[in-house]
Amino acid sequence: MAKIQVKTKINGEETEFLCQPYDTVLDVLRKDLNMTGTKEVCSTGDCGACSITMDGRLVCSCLVLAAETEDKNIETIEGMAKNGKFNVLQKTFLEHAALQCGICTPGMLVAAKSLLEKNTNPTETEIRYWLAGNLCRCTGYDKIVKAVQAAAEEIRENA
Amino acid sequence: MNEMDNKWIGKNTIRPDGADKVTGRAEYAADTIMPGMIWGKVLRSPHPHATIKSINTKKAEKLDGVFSVATSADCVDFPVDTPVILGIQDIRWMARNVLAKEKVLFHGHPIAAVAARTEEIAEKACELIEVDYDVHPWAIEIDDAIKPDAPILHDFIKFDGKPSNIVGTLEHKKGNIEEGFKDADIIIEKEFETAAVHQGYLETHACLVSVSPDDKTIIWSSSQGQFMVRAMTSFITGIPQSSIRAIPAEIGGGFGGKTIVYLEPVATILSKKSGRPVKMVMTREEVMRASGPTSGSKSKVKIGAKNDGKITAAQGTFYLQAGAFPGAPIRGAAGCCLAPYDIPNAHTFGYDVVSNRSKVAAYRAPGAPIGAYAVECVIDEVAEALKICPLEFRLKNAAKQGTKAVHGPTYPVMGYVETLEACLSHPHYKAPLKKLQGRGYASGFWFNAGGESSAQVNITEDGNVVVTTGHPDIGGSRASIANITAELLGIDVNRVSVLIGDTASIGFSNLTGGSRVLFASALVVTESTNQVIDILKDRASKIWNIDKEAIEWENGQARPAGDNAGKFKPLTLVELAEKATPTGGPIGAGHQVNTVGAEGGFATHICDVEVDIELGIARVIRYTAAQDVGKAIHPAYVEGQLQGGVVQGIGWALNEEYIYNKEGKLDNPGFLDYRIPVCSDLPMIDTILVEVPNPKHPQGVRGVGEVPIVPPLSAIANAIYNAIGTRFYSLPMSPPKILEKISD
Ligand code: FES
Ligand code: FES
Repeated sequence: MAKIQVKTKINGEETEFLCQPYDTVLDVLRKDLNMTGTKEVCSTGDCGACSITMDGRLVCSCLVLAAETEDKNIETIEGMAKNGKFNVLQKTFLEHAALQCGICTPGMLVAAKSLLEKNTNPTETEIRYWLAGNLCRCTGYDKIVKAVQAAAEEIRENA
Repeated sequence: MNEMDNKWIGKNTIRPDGADKVTGRAEYAADTIMPGMIWGKVLRSPHPHATIKSINTKKAEKLDGVFSVATSADCVDFPVDTPVILGIQDIRWMARNVLAKEKVLFHGHPIAAVAARTEEIAEKACELIEVDYDVHPWAIEIDDAIKPDAPILHDFIKFDGKPSNIVGTLEHKKGNIEEGFKDADIIIEKEFETAAVHQGYLETHACLVSVSPDDKTIIWSSSQGQFMVRAMTSFITGIPQSSIRAIPAEIGGGFGGKTIVYLEPVATILSKKSGRPVKMVMTREEVMRASGPTSGSKSKVKIGAKNDGKITAAQGTFYLQAGAFPGAPIRGAAGCCLAPYDIPNAHTFGYDVVSNRSKVAAYRAPGAPIGAYAVECVIDEVAEALKICPLEFRLKNAAKQGTKAVHGPTYPVMGYVETLEACLSHPHYKAPLKKLQGRGYASGFWFNAGGESSAQVNITEDGNVVVTTGHPDIGGSRASIANITAELLGIDVNRVSVLIGDTASIGFSNLTGGSRVLFASALVVTESTNQVIDILKDRASKIWNIDKEAIEWENGQARPAGDNAGKFKPLTLVELAEKATPTGGPIGAGHQVNTVGAEGGFATHICDVEVDIELGIARVIRYTAAQDVGKAIHPAYVEGQLQGGVVQGIGWALNEEYIYNKEGKLDNPGFLDYRIPVCSDLPMIDTILVEVPNPKHPQGVRGVGEVPIVPPLSAIANAIYNAIGTRFYSLPMSPPKILEKISD
């Protein structure tokens, strides 16, 4: 089958790749571009470990075809720290011990960032429902919710 | 050392591997590549039970892009009737679980594997493998497996003189059970069932293996023990352990499920036969069908007590599914279930039952939640019948230092009573409840473990520290090791880097499991660090030309002490490292030992639920877990263990279950239908860290990871009863079951 050529922007960088029509963005990120920060856990849209944003929208990269990313703006975990500095969520996740094994963490951070971009003062319930699509088997979510609350507070203080 | 002076022990430091994990840099098993790498895929059984008459791989081998094919014929041949024991595993079963030999024993059982240029080609080639089966009837549930005419999985294993699917038993006895029940004023006996549940680690099994023509093998995989991977792969492939270097990738959760191998020996064979590095990654469906889970169970528990609230006798019988091969965690069920209580007369039995399900793997306190579920529910009923508060009832019968446990030992110093008292004085205990809300309590115990550990502590040339241990870090153990090393050396924790060595760079270290890692690694790291301090003093003594004994180590410096006090300017770690070469060479020390003195852990939980009687949904609305943690070296990660364990217990109690269809196949092999708790299902999980230090450990550490999953099943069942007045004797208490019971 002829491969499709795609031109897109990933974490602000122009990127070109060839993909099969059935390849997902997750396949291309992990296997072709070697960007393995985005995790593959279920491949069926049930876990959120593969979360990325596409033109600002939070999506499961295992459910988006790579060919659909033409001319889009993709953000992944690899682009979250800027100029060698953590995003505030990365910092609060570490401070609040919001990760154990860490496999859910990239997706969790991408999802939480997308929440805080829309709402810097979410309630606990809003955080819990926003992150309901991001599974974590290790932490029981308690410290994740607290880390997101702490990040939101920092963002508000610095606004 | 005065507790209050601790600078790092007991502090929530930032974990050494943290930055890697929040930036996506951390390399898990599936994140690595090698030049020339090809992909492996597994062909799995379409039948739950069949004899393999023949396997023909010719067509698959001929497919363009295929490099190699593996079957059990490529593995070392272990006769099926001769045990080959490695730790708690038997390699003759392990080999047959990795690649089926005489029979396939469950739907999804691996039969063959293919390595090819792409995963797609490998999958296509698997379809070209021809297997001739003689299909047999199968048994999935315990009742079907133990009835008289049940299809027998391993006909050379006998029970009561006949071939049987009961493949092992265990018994604990204390006192005189008949007399005990005679003394009782009230006796309650109930039967329980739990469904098989999966560990649910998010990272699927994966590995990358490269074998050279002289058999030198590099295995990159995620597991709970690189040494386990090396040993099992060596057994199954016949490559000596010295030729295998197993590198521990970061591990995306295990909970016991990664204490055995699935892919590594297969990838090793495929790589050896093809001369190319082979990568294998399971899909979620493969994980659900063919790895883990823990046992489903049936049990019966009988407890007798006096009107004054003293338990006189207790009896428990537990049947646990082992899956296709022997090895159900009956010890956890029959051994832990009565551990919190001082009971004069007791008797527990465990039965290990094979059936046509995937082989069970350890899951957090294996077996213990099953035993505790039945016992703690009956305890609640007895307390109710005697009109005593369930926590007071437990307090009245609590095991203490000196109590002879039903499972054998006489207890040393321990903090079970303290967990009960902590719950009784916690605001949660007295908080008001609304309509359809209820409160439940339960206690739990896990043995904890010691075992082999190795550590190496090296001082770098610039006077910082690198610590290497041999245990994969799943929940932040590196942070605790850094805290301990920094504390002992009296330096900033950021000057300590902690690594997990591969099998070629550190001495044998047993699995990350049994809640043993911090207990054991802290012991060997402490010993190594103390040796390093001794060397540092020795170096200072050479520089100052005084006795080593006249030197003390304080705040990261060697100081002259006693008569020499103040005579020389203290030498810092950095200064001593600079002078390492002229004073004797590199500074470092290692220690390896079989650690002993791990003491058990106890917990008591309080749980509030609210039941939606329209939808049948029980929701946990408040949760408090009190646990004797010995000493919390890194409190936040200790709390994390409690919270994570509790939430897995909540999933087990309310939703999770392996559902088999009429064809003997798992019907819910994914996270859509196998529903683990999500963020919006839960409240915050409060923790109370009770610290009764383990006297046999330099820092007082007790294992903490497993105890927290033991009480939730029954705490929730008891809370639901308290809310709606209906008792449930079968898990999960999922919406359909709750609705059915309510409408009765
Ligand atoms: S891998 Fe995409 S949602 Fe799970
Ligand atoms: S930290 Fe392990 S799955 Fe979330």
